[in-house]
Amino acid sequence: MNWTWFHRLASPPHVYRLATRLAPWLYAGAALGIAYGLIAGLFFAPPDYQQGDAFRIIYVHAPSAWLSLSAYTTMALAGAVALVWRIKIGYAVAAACAPIGASFTIGALITGSLWGRPMWGTYWAWDPRLTSELILLFLYFGIISLRQAFDDPARGDRAAAVLGLVGVVNVPIIHYSVQWWNSLHQGATLAKWAKPSMPGSMLVPLLSVLLGFMLFFGAVLCTRLRAEVLVRERQSNWINEMVSIP
Amino acid sequence: MSLPATAVMRLILRRELKLSFRRPDQLVQPLVFFLIVATLFPLAMNPQLPVLRQIAPGVLWVGALLSSLLAVEGMFRGDADDGTLEQMVLSGHGLSLIVTAKTLAHWLISGVALVLVSPLMATALNVPSSAFALIMAGLALGTLTLSWLGAIGAALTVGLKRGSVMLSLIVLPLAMPLLIFGASATDRAITGDSVAGPMYLLGALCLFTTSLAPFAAAAALRITLE
Repeated sequence: MNWTWFHRLASPPHVYRLATRLAPWLYAGAALGIAYGLIAGLFFAPPDYQQGDAFRIIYVHAPSAWLSLSAYTTMALAGAVALVWRIKIGYAVAAACAPIGASFTIGALITGSLWGRPMWGTYWAWDPRLTSELILLFLYFGIISLRQAFDDPARGDRAAAVLGLVGVVNVPIIHYSVQWWNSLHQGATLAKWAKPSMPGSMLVPLLSVLLGFMLFFGAVLCTRLRAEVLVRERQSNWINEMVSIP
Repeated sequence: MSLPATAVMRLILRRELKLSFRRPDQLVQPLVFFLIVATLFPLAMNPQLPVLRQIAPGVLWVGALLSSLLAVEGMFRGDADDGTLEQMVLSGHGLSLIVTAKTLAHWLISGVALVLVSPLMATALNVPSSAFALIMAGLALGTLTLSWLGAIGAALTVGLKRGSVMLSLIVLPLAMPLLIFGASATDRAITGDSVAGPMYLLGALCLFTTSLAPFAAAAALRITLE
């Protein structure tokens, strides 16, 4: 088994070239998946028998919420890899992930509250899902600003990676705590939506958008990663060779 | 170098306690802050006794959270400024051991004092005295957990100029689950329900942070000090 391809992932020039090559394909795949899913979901899927057409916001909301968590996991893993094996590119990946994840979190919160207005009669409820998503957003903010708070970027990177790992320990705690907390106070507003059994005509577009969002995350990650690598490696020869006009 | 771990911890504990008792203002300030915060709520809200009893758990725990945040800020700063912390890192004794001793000392000073004052505030909030023991037990577990979370935050921000804002941005989200369980335990103690569930969870959080936070805070200190 040849592992060179794997070891090369630690090399900034290699990662830069890989991200440059991958990004167009990822953008194209994301556009296809999101376009098909949204058209099929918004125009052709049958309306929900209870929620009518309002349920269609799920095609943006659920993938955003899902990506907000997986972006966090990606960020924490990249930070852990960088901390443990001292692979600098991991910090670049983590730094690139954080704003994307925060954006997905904001997207999930906004679409969720727009959905909540017709369904629950309120934009915001102190419901477990909503609260845990909000805490996730605060964690993102903390990590992003901690990275920027240091004069020395290398220390900011490492501090942010430690905080990301501490936060990942906290994510399941947040999730369950708010569940128990809620069960004490009010009846289950979300219970009837807990297991939405969907027919295929609703589910396939959702999965398509989800795949599209994942590819979109990958694509934006590639773009941001290229920018991060350029900034971080600006002193190195390969960048000077690449950008210098002969 | 040849000192055993327990001796190191005892030495640091004694040093920290001695230092704090020589500067009693640092001991008293977070307590006064706690009392003031808890006073703000009845002033801002409808101060009717049944209402006060309802908001008492939230007031007590938010007050404890904020005052612990205030107290934890200086945990490593003084030692970092005069170089003591670097000597501790270089001493060859495990840094997580040193962090443990410092955090325990911090809790013994600020946490225990807050627990002792809490019945006073609870009385002002119309909480029946039968609930005091359980409230104090819950706050004891909670303030220790907060000290651990604060130690991580303080270690991450010790080298920063505007560290205190950063510290609250880091610690408050991490402390939200604790706030939920703590307020729920206190609420049940006041209404007379069984507090076992949230109290076990408070204990679990406390053990969890006690077992992992020393390593996280030590790693953070190594990063910010070099």
